[in-house]
Amino acid sequence: MQASPAPLFDRPAWMGLLSRAAPQMLAERLALALPEGLADHSLLRGPEVGSVMVQGRMGGTGDAFHLGEMTVTRCSVRLATGEVGHAVVQGRSAEQARRAAVVDALLQNPLHAGLHSSLLAPLAEAEATAARGRAEKAAATQVEFFTLMRGEDA
Amino acid sequence: MYVAVKGGERAIDAAHAWLAEERRGDLSVAEMSIAQIRNQLRLAVNRVMAEGSLFDPDLAALAIKQSRGDLIEAVFLIRAYRTTLPRFGATQPIDTAQMACIRRISATFKDLPGGQILGPTFDYTHRLLDFKLAAEGQLPPQAAPTAPPVRASMPHVTGLLDQDDLIQPEVDAGLAPPDLTRSPMELPAARALRLQALARGDEGFVLSMAYSTQRGYGRTHAFVGELRIGMVRVSMEIPELGFAVEIGEIEVTECETVNQFKGSKTEPPQFTRGYGLTLGQNERKSIAMSLVDRALRWRELGEDWSGAPAQDEEFVLMHADNVQATGFLEHIKLPHYVDFQSELEMVRKLRAEARAYKEAAE
Repeated sequence: MQASPAPLFDRPAWMGLLSRAAPQMLAERLALALPEGLADHSLLRGPEVGSVMVQGRMGGTGDAFHLGEMTVTRCSVRLATGEVGHAVVQGRSAEQARRAAVVDALLQNPLHAGLHSSLLAPLAEAEATAARGRAEKAAATQVEFFTLMRGEDA
Repeated sequence: MYVAVKGGERAIDAAHAWLAEERRGDLSVAEMSIAQIRNQLRLAVNRVMAEGSLFDPDLAALAIKQSRGDLIEAVFLIRAYRTTLPRFGATQPIDTAQMACIRRISATFKDLPGGQILGPTFDYTHRLLDFKLAAEGQLPPQAAPTAPPVRASMPHVTGLLDQDDLIQPEVDAGLAPPDLTRSPMELPAARALRLQALARGDEGFVLSMAYSTQRGYGRTHAFVGELRIGMVRVSMEIPELGFAVEIGEIEVTECETVNQFKGSKTEPPQFTRGYGLTLGQNERKSIAMSLVDRALRWRELGEDWSGAPAQDEEFVLMHADNVQATGFLEHIKLPHYVDFQSELEMVRKLRAEARAYKEAAE
């Protein structure tokens, strides 16, 4: 691991990036960032598929109500070096949950701070690019409505 | 009453083998993949997710394939699968003000901050069959045009009215919501429970209820204040760590109606609200949900009970679920031989008595 500048992401941010990344993208990016493979680890829990109940708010701002569930997979690991990592990822990929938990553990050790630029930054960039692509298409459909004077008003 | 029957294994096995064959269809036609269904029948996938009450596009696509496109059967499969999953907890309420909108329109304000965005809509199409789609092996469609993105956040239209006290406020009192998947529905139901039931209710039923209010059965004078579709982050506190992580991103559709309201004995004259929120892009369902939500609020707004079906929460909530409805409806086709045998005997007996009475009278 090469020394790197200050970490780019805090723990909630990196856990979110690992969780939201498409399973295939995380696998590919991780193969590039950690060519020697995932660090040695033992499973503390899972990977286990389950659900979480997503809540909405009445009127967008009022009291909460239950909208429906989404599938998630959770996993907790301990590295051979002692760090404990957790993951709750969207979807049903056991591999993704395990990878995310191992990376969460690695990132707690400053020795692996290089992952911020080699793994997390590309994931953040990919997410932003996808969002920008949708936003640009949406912007092209922005509409200006004009009200016309009615005949009887003229 | 349904009474257990024995036998028929051979016939049932043969029926299921034939079902599998029919599902696959003509072998000279390529088989559909889950990815094809997920990508090209997305609105069907969204409906199955909304009514199955589980956001997982791959599972919904699988259910559609397995059910041969019978969407209620697919919803049933998703609900059955859902019951096998351990529940890890609840998320924080999603913040729809932060939605990355692909569509956002208002029927009440022409010019609104953030603008009106049509998005990928059927509106303004001519509803003429496009025979070009019947030709296979076409080139992919032209890429949709792009433009520099508009501002990131789009305030809710109702928030604008709220600033001037023109609309009934929607305040978070911190109440813990009830959950109809954990405890049986109790009536009268809190609004939170009604919204949960409507969010997973059958689109056709909710649509018809909403339409009935428009035709005069519990009229609510609704305008679509805002309809928005887009991605929202789902944030959840990780119990081991004590902080929240944005663990996922889901597509939702939100509709807020602004309803004319002259005031009542308890409430001042101001606009009132109906609210619709669904998993996935489900525009018709969300609009319908917001109309039915508003109609069901008659009691808390001090309105008169007009006896309209859409005002009757027992009628609406107990009949909105298509899995419950289909289960009870379709069970009558299963063997009821014992029941029917007793009915048959009773009718024979009554007829014999009637005949004896008539003969005695003569």
